[in-house]
Amino acid sequence: MPQTAIELSAIEKRYAAHTALAGVSLSIAPGEFVALVGPSGSGKTTLLKTINGLVAPDAGSVRVLGEDAGVVPVHILRRRIGYVFQEIGLFPHLTVAENVAITPRLLGWEPARIAARIDSLLGLVDLPREMANRLPSALSGGQRQRVGVARALAAEPKIMLMDEPFGALDPVTRDQLGTDYRALHEQLGLTTVMVTHDMSEAVLLADRIVVLKAGVIVADGAPGHLSAQSLDPDVRALMDAPRRQAERLAARLSESAA
Amino acid sequence: MSPQLAAAFDLLPDYLAWHVLLSACALALGLIISLPLAVAASRSPRLRWPVLAFAGLIQTIPSLALLALFYPLLLAVSALSLSLTGYGFSALGFLPSLLALTLYSMLPILRTATTGILGVDPAVREAADGVGMTARQKLLQVELPLAMPVIMAGVRTAAVWTIGAATLSTPVGQTSLGNYIFAGLQTENWVSVLFGCAASAVLAMTADQLLGLIETGAARRNRRLMIAGGVGLLVGIVVAVLPLASFGKPASYVVGAKNFSEQYILAELMADRLEHAGGTVSRKEDLGSAVAYRALAAGELDVYVDYTGTLWTNVLNHQDNPGRQAVLDGLTTELKARDGVTVLGSLGFENAYAFAMNADRAKALGIVSLADLAREAPKLTLGTDIEFLSRPEWKAVDAAYGFRFKARRSFQPTFMYRALSGGEADVISAFSSDGRIAADKLVVLTDPKGALPPYDAVILVSPARADDQRLIAALRPLVGSIPVAAMQGANYSVDRDTDKASPAEAARGLSK
Repeated sequence: MPQTAIELSAIEKRYAAHTALAGVSLSIAPGEFVALVGPSGSGKTTLLKTINGLVAPDAGSVRVLGEDAGVVPVHILRRRIGYVFQEIGLFPHLTVAENVAITPRLLGWEPARIAARIDSLLGLVDLPREMANRLPSALSGGQRQRVGVARALAAEPKIMLMDEPFGALDPVTRDQLGTDYRALHEQLGLTTVMVTHDMSEAVLLADRIVVLKAGVIVADGAPGHLSAQSLDPDVRALMDAPRRQAERLAARLSESAA
Repeated sequence: MSPQLAAAFDLLPDYLAWHVLLSACALALGLIISLPLAVAASRSPRLRWPVLAFAGLIQTIPSLALLALFYPLLLAVSALSLSLTGYGFSALGFLPSLLALTLYSMLPILRTATTGILGVDPAVREAADGVGMTARQKLLQVELPLAMPVIMAGVRTAAVWTIGAATLSTPVGQTSLGNYIFAGLQTENWVSVLFGCAASAVLAMTADQLLGLIETGAARRNRRLMIAGGVGLLVGIVVAVLPLASFGKPASYVVGAKNFSEQYILAELMADRLEHAGGTVSRKEDLGSAVAYRALAAGELDVYVDYTGTLWTNVLNHQDNPGRQAVLDGLTTELKARDGVTVLGSLGFENAYAFAMNADRAKALGIVSLADLAREAPKLTLGTDIEFLSRPEWKAVDAAYGFRFKARRSFQPTFMYRALSGGEADVISAFSSDGRIAADKLVVLTDPKGALPPYDAVILVSPARADDQRLIAALRPLVGSIPVAAMQGANYSVDRDTDKASPAEAARGLSK
């Protein structure tokens, strides 16, 4: 087992005049659940996508599970990394089962092994078995993202990348799915990197929060640690937001109860 | 059933088989070329514009012109290949038709396939990358299946266009349902024209419906519908093309004809004699005037009838008019020396360009000769066939007499005579062997300055058949055997409005 699951060194990425990443280095240990947060345009999604090669950095190196990502063919690398994103991107012409089976099929698994895997995954993401033969268009938003998570987990990856995975869902579904996923993270011993703009979600789910601003990391640490110690006013404001929100919520809820 | 309809049905298996074979090959080839191009165009915006613009440009070329352009192009390529590799190929018939129709079918497929692939949801594309598909797997497993309904809509459009445009392959020597239309138009056999239109329309609708099944199947992800459409299409093509298995045996002689009644009749007459001599014969009819001679010189026709004036001015580019016998003698030696083409001899009649008017009208205006016509021309409208005004004969006669007509209008030969009787034209560029001159009571104006060259009908034999004794023996008796009155009568029996004879019947009348 390598010391780090993901090792990013001095990553730079420019789009025309705009610098998305200005020399980012980040080391993520196996089993960590890292939330990447920051204002829009801060480079968090770009950083996430350099890990599975959806974005090719202009400079810097990416190592995944000890291997140089520049050496492994990018489609091979991606088959080892689960990827979940807000738009989900289920294949509309394939059934739920076929969507979930896609990476194992690309890896050439035996049909029996794939069938067993689909069965166990549907259970894992809490979807009824009879949904297996439905098309994505027949599912609700929450169900679709459960299929998205199942598809990402199908080939038993050690690493999961999630780009605002629950951003488009209603609050109840979102909370439920987030909690369910955190449990899966523990149960399967995953390393998870999740981009989110929702600080409450980051604080509730992640072990470690990395804050990006204008393409550089401005804060990095455990949720409690970060809010207490950060010198950057923006980071403090960011970290204080969920606390203030929680206090106001508690206050208002107690008012109405009284 | 009327005899005209019965005759049309007799020809259907052969015409339909070629039409289906040609359309299916063109569509298949169009798909094979367009799909990869569309994939490339969807990947590269820089490639997209030129590819779609080129396909659009092809579409703006009238389909008849596109077909016509491929003939000289292929002739040049064939000559080049012959000199480089020793192998030539036929520039007439199937190949030029196939290539032109393939180009023609490409635009709708290119457009819809490019749009279809570009229209795939970006999230789905990103997911395909994210799960670890290679570019090829993404294309085959995600993009093409999702673009399929849109692509099939383009294929349907292409199929309907191709089947319609395939009727235009007749003038470049490819048998198709267009033979009904072109021959019918020339001989005013409207049953034949309508039959050709109806057959082509039914074929197009059938293909469209079967492709529609595949499209619906693709849209609803219903494999059974797609298979039903595909199998229906395949069975239809095989059944339609089956007659060619027996028709397809190589003919020993290819008899050519240009696109008017006299040519059909003379082709039938020669074909009949060759068959009686034990040969098998295939016909290439409705050829353009210049196409016919070049096809003969290139060996794609073995024999056809042309006219001395045409050959003298258009093929040998002579400007002068040394007289009837001198032209014939000059042609015989010059064509042999230059192209190896044998002039077997004159059939005995002239089919000259002749200015004709209603007899009564000419008398009232005091017009007897072309000189008189030049005097009255500012009051008159000239009706001509489509090519006359661009031919050297017109330039020669215009230079000699200096015509200034009130107006000039072009017609299909058939409609030119109608225009004269209907008053849309006062004088027409008629043909001296046309039966309608006598039947419509027309007078042919004299040519005192001898500006119009002679037009003796001559049998031309291709270089390869120059020493074919069976062919020479079969056709030589025709030399000098057809007086102009006999030819006029035969032409009229085909051209008249009622009690029409077929060209084959008219040919039998001539040979009696």
